[in-house]
Amino acid sequence: MKATDIHRTIEAVWRIESARLIAGIARLVRDIGVAEDLAQDALVTALEQWPESGVPEKPGAWLMSVAKRRAIDRLRRGQMLERKHEQLGAELEAQHQASAPDLDAALDDDIGDDLLRLVFTACHPVLPAEARVALTLRMVGGLSTEEIARAFLVPTTTVAQRIVRAKKALADAAVPFEVPRGEDRDARLSSVLEVVYLVFNEGYSATAGDDWMRPGLIEDALRLGRILAGLAPREPEVHGLVALMEIQASRSAARVGPAGEPVLLLEQNRARWDQLLIRRGLAALERAHALGGEHGPYVLQAAIAACHARARSADETDWERIAALYATLAEVVPSPVVELNRAVAVAMANGPAAGLGLVDVLVASRALEGYHLLPSVRGDLLYKLGRLAEARAEFERAASMTHNARERELLQGRAQACDVTH
Amino acid sequence: MRVMVLVKATKDSEAALMPEQKMLEDMMKFNEELVKAGVMLAGDGLQPSSKGARIQFSKGKTKVVDGPFAETKELVAGYWIWQVKSREEAIEWARRCPQPMPGDCEIEVRPLYEMDDFGEAVTPEIREQEARLRRQSAELNK
Repeated sequence: MKATDIHRTIEAVWRIESARLIAGIARLVRDIGVAEDLAQDALVTALEQWPESGVPEKPGAWLMSVAKRRAIDRLRRGQMLERKHEQLGAELEAQHQASAPDLDAALDDDIGDDLLRLVFTACHPVLPAEARVALTLRMVGGLSTEEIARAFLVPTTTVAQRIVRAKKALADAAVPFEVPRGEDRDARLSSVLEVVYLVFNEGYSATAGDDWMRPGLIEDALRLGRILAGLAPREPEVHGLVALMEIQASRSAARVGPAGEPVLLLEQNRARWDQLLIRRGLAALERAHALGGEHGPYVLQAAIAACHARARSADETDWERIAALYATLAEVVPSPVVELNRAVAVAMANGPAAGLGLVDVLVASRALEGYHLLPSVRGDLLYKLGRLAEARAEFERAASMTHNARERELLQGRAQACDVTH
Repeated sequence: MRVMVLVKATKDSEAALMPEQKMLEDMMKFNEELVKAGVMLAGDGLQPSSKGARIQFSKGKTKVVDGPFAETKELVAGYWIWQVKSREEAIEWARRCPQPMPGDCEIEVRPLYEMDDFGEAVTPEIREQEARLRRQSAELNK
């Protein structure tokens, strides 16, 4: 095997094994930052040795045994230091030995629990969202710092700093390596789901840059979601999020035009929707419902996405059901963005005037100032009502507010169309 | 990227011989691992080619040929669809697969075409279709 080939193989092994490795070691050292450093050391050792020795038959076990050895060395060093400092007597020392963790037994336990602990710790609310995203992609998704930086269009050093700071913040806050229970659990779980959906959305509707979508991030998010569903199969919201992402991702190929411009939902060629992902999404939604999660925010959003997925053509869309789902969603998580979406659905079900009424309430509340989709939606409804001059002004305003180049072009095009259509 | 992973047929699979319990268990465990890693999208086993048929196209005509088919090693006995980050990752997963059949056998990894691969192949009709006025809204902006 050529040197470049073996490096790519090691990268692939790392992607497969790193999360389990970090999670397993974190159980010993109770600190995911330290665990990650030790796992990285094992990777460096592999990079040194495998080009000579070849990739071992069980590379995961190989990496684990190297990392474990380092972990034990580290624990011993820590114990010795402790002994020196506290000048422990022989008696205490014997006690220490007796209470030393049974390392092998600890590592042989179900790795799934450790992975779940890892996910919860990396997504701890003590960290800012961008740090949670970076840590999760790196520790659970197996992405390198460079890959994360490329995906989010920021310098590598920025991501590296984010990760270092996040590790330190977790250690400083003495965040325990555990799966939260009781009341805490729901809030902590939403923090995890938020991270995964943030990654997805950055891929699905990029907030920055020239591309409308970044498929790599969509895949990473889907993978994280699917992993999570395997780790927490009794949580309806996890399946809801997976369903939402699978169904939205099913439209990826259809929502980009030949010149890279966005193609909006009702204009999409539904033959290009990915039926495999739709089936997976609908199945995940069914699981969420079977677990009694109809009213979870992600499950509701997935149910809305499913309405579109089930409609064979745009005309067959069940807008009344979508409007009703948005109304429920607005009760569960009151938000002006949800309200805006409800306005669109109501407009589709009952006519643009009904939708415009809801939009104007939002405009008056000033809750969505600076959000480009508000004037964009308003422009659309005005356009449908034949109030072209007002529509044009709204589209122009929306175009000046978006940061995505592709979206801006589309909005400018719509503004111009208000002149030529009579 | 997505890959299709093909498990090639053997004399046993063509004879519809069921694998041993141990092999089934190992395979189930492997499948579970693939699901938990978020890699597996789909997968199925195929019945022997004796249950299948081939539709041959020639000079604008079709001809149906019933199985079984010779060249056993070129036949497919099962498949997976995996989502992976690279060709190498697919190969690493395939290496972790328990031997799928008794005796010598083979797994083939083939990347699927992705939407980027069709970038230049878009027809003018599609362009025209997509150049029609677009409606823009939050709900529709998906």
